Amino acid sequence: MTTSPLLEIKDLATHFVSARGTRVVRAVNEVSLSLNAGETLGIVGESGSGKSTLALSILRLLPPAARIVSGEILFEGEDLLKKSDGEMRRIRGKRVAMILQDPMASLNPLFTIGDQIAEPIRVHDHANRSRAWAKALDLLKAVRISAPQARAREYPHQMSGGMRQRIVGAIAISCEPALLIADEPTTSLDVTIQAQYLNLLRELQRTHGLALIFITHNLGIVARMCDHVAVMYAGRIVEAGPVRRLFNAPAHPYTEALLASIPRLGDPHQRLTAIDGQPPDMAAPAPGCAFQPRCPRAIARCRQDDPPGFVAGEAHTARCWLQGPR
Amino acid sequence: MNGSRSAGLTLSWRFAALRVGDFPVVPTAIIAALVLTAIFADFIAPYDPEVGVLGDRFRPPVWQAGGSEAHLLGTDHLGRDVLSRLIFGARVSMVVGFTAVIFAGVLGTALGILSGYMGGWVDQVIMRLTDTWLALPALTFAIFLAAILGPSQWNIVIILAAVYWTRYARVIRGEVLSLKERDFVRLAIVAGFSKRTIMRQHILPNVLNSAIVLGTLMLGVVIVTEAALSFLGVGVPPPKPAWGLMLADGKKGMMAGYWWLTVLPGCCIMLMVLSANLLGDWLRVRLDPQLRQL
Amino acid sequence: MKRFVVRRLGYSLLSLFLLSVTIFFFVRITGDPAVLLVEPGASKADLEAIRAQFGLDRPLVVQYWQFMASLLRGDFGQSFYYRTPVLELYLSRLPNSLLLAIAAMVFSLLIGIPTGIIAAVRVNGWWDSAGKIFALLGLSLPSFWVGLVMILFFSVYLGWLPSSGSGTPLHVIMPAFALGWYFAAAHMRLTRSSMLEVLGTEYVKLARLKGLPEALVIAKHAFKNALIPVLTLAGINLVIMVNVAVVVETVFAWPGIGRLLYEGIAFRDFPVVQATVLLNGAMVVVTSLFVDIFYAVIDPRIRYER
Repeated sequence: MTTSPLLEIKDLATHFVSARGTRVVRAVNEVSLSLNAGETLGIVGESGSGKSTLALSILRLLPPAARIVSGEILFEGEDLLKKSDGEMRRIRGKRVAMILQDPMASLNPLFTIGDQIAEPIRVHDHANRSRAWAKALDLLKAVRISAPQARAREYPHQMSGGMRQRIVGAIAISCEPALLIADEPTTSLDVTIQAQYLNLLRELQRTHGLALIFITHNLGIVARMCDHVAVMYAGRIVEAGPVRRLFNAPAHPYTEALLASIPRLGDPHQRLTAIDGQPPDMAAPAPGCAFQPRCPRAIARCRQDDPPGFVAGEAHTARCWLQGPR
Repeated sequence: MNGSRSAGLTLSWRFAALRVGDFPVVPTAIIAALVLTAIFADFIAPYDPEVGVLGDRFRPPVWQAGGSEAHLLGTDHLGRDVLSRLIFGARVSMVVGFTAVIFAGVLGTALGILSGYMGGWVDQVIMRLTDTWLALPALTFAIFLAAILGPSQWNIVIILAAVYWTRYARVIRGEVLSLKERDFVRLAIVAGFSKRTIMRQHILPNVLNSAIVLGTLMLGVVIVTEAALSFLGVGVPPPKPAWGLMLADGKKGMMAGYWWLTVLPGCCIMLMVLSANLLGDWLRVRLDPQLRQL
Repeated sequence: MKRFVVRRLGYSLLSLFLLSVTIFFFVRITGDPAVLLVEPGASKADLEAIRAQFGLDRPLVVQYWQFMASLLRGDFGQSFYYRTPVLELYLSRLPNSLLLAIAAMVFSLLIGIPTGIIAAVRVNGWWDSAGKIFALLGLSLPSFWVGLVMILFFSVYLGWLPSSGSGTPLHVIMPAFALGWYFAAAHMRLTRSSMLEVLGTEYVKLARLKGLPEALVIAKHAFKNALIPVLTLAGINLVIMVNVAVVVETVFAWPGIGRLLYEGIAFRDFPVVQATVLLNGAMVVVTSLFVDIFYAVIDPRIRYER
């Protein structure tokens, strides 16, 4: 059954311009991807690869130095880049929600938990205080926080890290969005809590029919949670496809290297492999493929021309000359 | 990158601070001019600032009716030339200001380094002292000390230094505390250098930046305090020409409309303090972005 | 919370103690404090009498004990000039100074806070630049000179406002403005930087991500958080205002404790000077205690601290 995708990004480019206009960093460099309703997409990459900028571009909440230069972001068929500020505001929180990395910093220390969860309900659904508060209590139950009545009156600093992140999750789903973007939601959680939280996200996804974009640098999470994955490097998506296929048969050397660098238990003779070199300076990109200086399989062409996306399999693309026609 | 509607004011703002690139030219030039005036006062001033011709009292400045070219800025209630008094007043302000700032700075930095680096009871004692001192507002404390010691130019310097060293001590101590955690200090400790050597060779050069910035910012404050003390009669004693003292004298003539005796000395104070503040602001941002909270 | 209050109280008591020691110490630093403690123009016999009365030849510790004992009794000495107990004088003048300080504080907050917020929300805009100039002038111009110039302009030339004394609202306007400008500048600066900091936090980002209208984000989420440091500063500044007002009160002949201090030094009335300094210092300590407690009340993080 082919239905139109929930989210379709076409050739999105977001640039950071320095105050004097001299340095331009192409944080998101002609990125395209698509996501269907109810699916989970993982976006993987090192810090600085542009993953968070991509997420903020979708919501059009970029810092003042950033500018969306070109492209389209089609959400439920409509281009978000053409929407007015007022229209975007109504979409944020209501149709598209986002979870940030640090739950302690995400919550306002001066207001109660209940107040902060009820807030978007009051604004978007125009609910009155008591109805919003009742809904907030339901949401706290949905994210498995015990004694919600008592908790709702407490303040963020009285909660543990895991609870705060669940509260942030409750805020995110409070208005029944169609798409939830989670930017490294487990990075600041204890390892023992991470698994619980991921299960919770999955359950919420099932019950609410959410589409999920999971931004992370942790391939293990991608393997567990995602249907599709896109690998970002230096602002570009270098490989995208179904999770299974990517993990079993990666088409881009960077993906290969990422997979190889995961330490494997049970093999005492395997050496830890790291990827040599540093990510490129995004303000002064060299010609050719961005990964070429660190690529163990680079050929002459890689130094000269930036590869386009080639098809490596069904719904599987990679930006690598090695995938091109011979 | 500013919107066009703000470019106008921003441009004139930049013009006022006359930054060449980033350097505040006008403020520095003003301070330099004031310093030179102070040094060469004897040569620049047309008259003796302490001697007046009683028949020539309350002459207005040259551009007003009744003014004469002999006294460009008029005369005061004792017939003394205002311009000469302003020029020599610059000397008083500069001397008192710079000396007090330097004394306060040396004392405050030394105690700040000691307190921050040695820690323990030394730190506690110095900090309690600083806190108490800081609890007493500077002006009140200065007046108190002036009442005890009696007014004289050098007493004022001592008093101002005694009152303001705590500002330095606080800030420097904070810096030292964070410096202590830095690797190069730890290496020196591991290498076995004595505490005194470390404080002198490693800590001191690194806090010097903050001390200098603080010094420029304090200069304005000190000069205003000195002016206030002189105005109240417990600062630099007459007949020496201090700008604050001139303001006190000028107050007597205000009701009769002798405006220049009030406005002109105040303008000098304002120029000095404004320039010191602008320069201090620039230094603060330039030398150490971490100091922005000062 | 209770532990916090108790601990803070202890700290204040320590500060008060150290304050008294400092004052005590400095009075005796000249070697012969009898000269200060006796009326101007006194004879040698009077000096001897004073030395006996204050036990100036006794050991320092005993002297201090005597000193503290009389302070705790409420005996701050007798004014030479007014021939009344200084404490009485001080307390009778205090309300006037508080009135002036409150007027100046209201002015400084009404101007400072909104200007700071607008400057932060529209960074580098017209308002921000105008605010910067206003702040720079306020921080650089001596308050008493501002007062003098205002008198020149509004009293002498225009004749609109009275130049001295107190009693009607018109009397308060100029002194409050002269006193308050500096603090308006300080509050504006702090509000601006505090607001800028808060606007950059993650919770404000999340508030925007929730789709809240920008006005709500600023008014609810940013404002309250940004105000905390400003109000703390304002609390302390109130007392500082009372102290710094010495010169402004002198310029406008405003009958407050600042003027009292001036009279003390003008008439060489040392008991007045000593008592005023002691009481002013004590006022600062007590006020900062209240400010810290207030801070704990409005910021739930401190309230629940173990």
